[in-house]
Amino acid sequence: MKNRKLISVLFISSILLACTKEVTQVFEGFQKPSNFPDPVYKFENNRITKSGFELGRKLFFDPILSADNTISCGSCHIPTSAFTQHGHSVSHGINDLLGTRNSPPIMNLAWSNSFRWDGGIVDLDLFPIDPITTHEEMGETMSNVLLKLQKSASYKAQFNAAFGSEEITNIKMLKALSQYMLMCVSAASKYDSVMRNQQKFTTVESQGYVIFQNKCNACHKEPLFTDNSFRNNGLQPSEINDQGRAMITLASSDKYKFKVPSLRNLGFTAPYMHDGRFLNLEAVLEHYNSQVAPTPNLDPILTNGTTKGIPLTKEERVQLIAFLATLDDRNFITNPLIAEQ
Amino acid sequence: MKKTIFIFSFIAITAFSCKKDVAEQYNSNANAPLSIEFDNVVGGSNLQLNTGTYSNAKNETFNITMLRYFISNIVLTKMDGSKYTVPQDSSYFLIDESKPATLSPKINVPEGEYSKIDFILGVDSLRNTKDLTQRTGVLDPTGDAAGMYWSWNSGYIFFKMEGGSAASTQVNKIFQYHIGLFGGYATATLNNLKNISLDLTTRGVAKVKTGKSPNVHLLVDVLKMFNGATNVSIASNSVVMASPYSATVANNYQYMFQHDHTEN
Repeated sequence: MKNRKLISVLFISSILLACTKEVTQVFEGFQKPSNFPDPVYKFENNRITKSGFELGRKLFFDPILSADNTISCGSCHIPTSAFTQHGHSVSHGINDLLGTRNSPPIMNLAWSNSFRWDGGIVDLDLFPIDPITTHEEMGETMSNVLLKLQKSASYKAQFNAAFGSEEITNIKMLKALSQYMLMCVSAASKYDSVMRNQQKFTTVESQGYVIFQNKCNACHKEPLFTDNSFRNNGLQPSEINDQGRAMITLASSDKYKFKVPSLRNLGFTAPYMHDGRFLNLEAVLEHYNSQVAPTPNLDPILTNGTTKGIPLTKEERVQLIAFLATLDDRNFITNPLIAEQ
Repeated sequence: MKKTIFIFSFIAITAFSCKKDVAEQYNSNANAPLSIEFDNVVGGSNLQLNTGTYSNAKNETFNITMLRYFISNIVLTKMDGSKYTVPQDSSYFLIDESKPATLSPKINVPEGEYSKIDFILGVDSLRNTKDLTQRTGVLDPTGDAAGMYWSWNSGYIFFKMEGGSAASTQVNKIFQYHIGLFGGYATATLNNLKNISLDLTTRGVAKVKTGKSPNVHLLVDVLKMFNGATNVSIASNSVVMASPYSATVANNYQYMFQHDHTEN
């Protein structure tokens, strides 16, 4: 009897020990959060492995992907700013060149069926070619990136670990980058805990949630807080007169439409809009309240008779901002697994 | 008289036997090589990159510094109407005037006499949506197809011609025609893919047989890109890329292929 008890205790403690060991050592791969829909990325074409993910992470933060070896993907997509270029209205590339649009977050990309503010890219695996080869971003050629990688012994070892051969190809490189980006899942905000019945909203957050559901949820659909559609939200076109989605479809009915961005992690991703024109959320809400411009293809949701926009009282704005803060995911921006090593 | 009849008979027999020789025996179970030569010309002149000077219907003088286009999905038709579709993975070719090795792509097809050749000028819409692992060789957007692929608007460029002209409104007096667009992914967009169909009966069918190297010699007159249903002007349209006007350019260049002869 005594022996039996001892064995049970030993058994339980060894399980506990194994569990703690698992937390630090076992790579769990891509996990779909319980309150999220099924992802759209075709994982069957790119199975995520620990070594593939680690290779992708190294590539993501390596400036040798740019022409003058100064700019990495992580330069404009900084993890602590939820993978945006905090404080920059538009992206800042090599030789101090500026792009025309605000760096969007690298976040929950497995649920996205198009990329860029205009949705011009439809496969995440093809995405990195764009910033790497764009003159005012990384300004490099893919063939030269390959040559640089092939000269590195440590990359050879990592490609071998990830793909079973030392041969370095662009296909492998792009697949590894996807593996890393797909792992950047933000689903541990207070909102997520509330949805999983682990926490409760405060009164003001609850009031904000009701306003959100009535006035924002049609486009910023839960739980990803975007419906992945393209819409014109009534921004007055700036001097460069960015045509948005129409640049891709060539359809005049898509002029001034941009992808609906997620509202997750807004606390870390200012400034806002495709050109980073608004510095804070108060300015964004003021836009919807009183500044929506009747430009071509203005979204019908933003028109109610002669009234444009979404009326929001001062009190409602305070409540809404309190709710939006529950979408900030500190675990995401401090997660050591996806941080630069 | 008898002698004459004898001679006639001899000639007739010889002629007959000659004819018999022409009607070769083909083994349709055996594959043999066939090359298709894309001989790029400008009107009545050979295309000479950089050095040649040409003029279009709008009387604009120009030179050509780059000419590249995709040929894909080749289908051959025999005299009896039966068709042979070249396996798709072996049916993508990037013709590049600066690389002579690319100008006569070779395919393997069952033995026989072919009287018609069909292909797509461009990269078919389905392949434009494939995973990276199915975009190898000339379709590798990071390798051979770099420069023939829009990274910001996922899709291949089907036809690319660049050069210089005093008529150009660009600062450096260049013109650039980068024509793509396969019809779009989720949203239907412009489709500039062109099906090209060439009859070979007039200028010589292709006789594909083991041990022989037949070559279908096409003349590709790039002047037709400018001169067509709508004459394209360098002054008015120095640069045409992903824009509605690309349809006008593609509608013109679809007529640039002509079968000249076949070397059997």
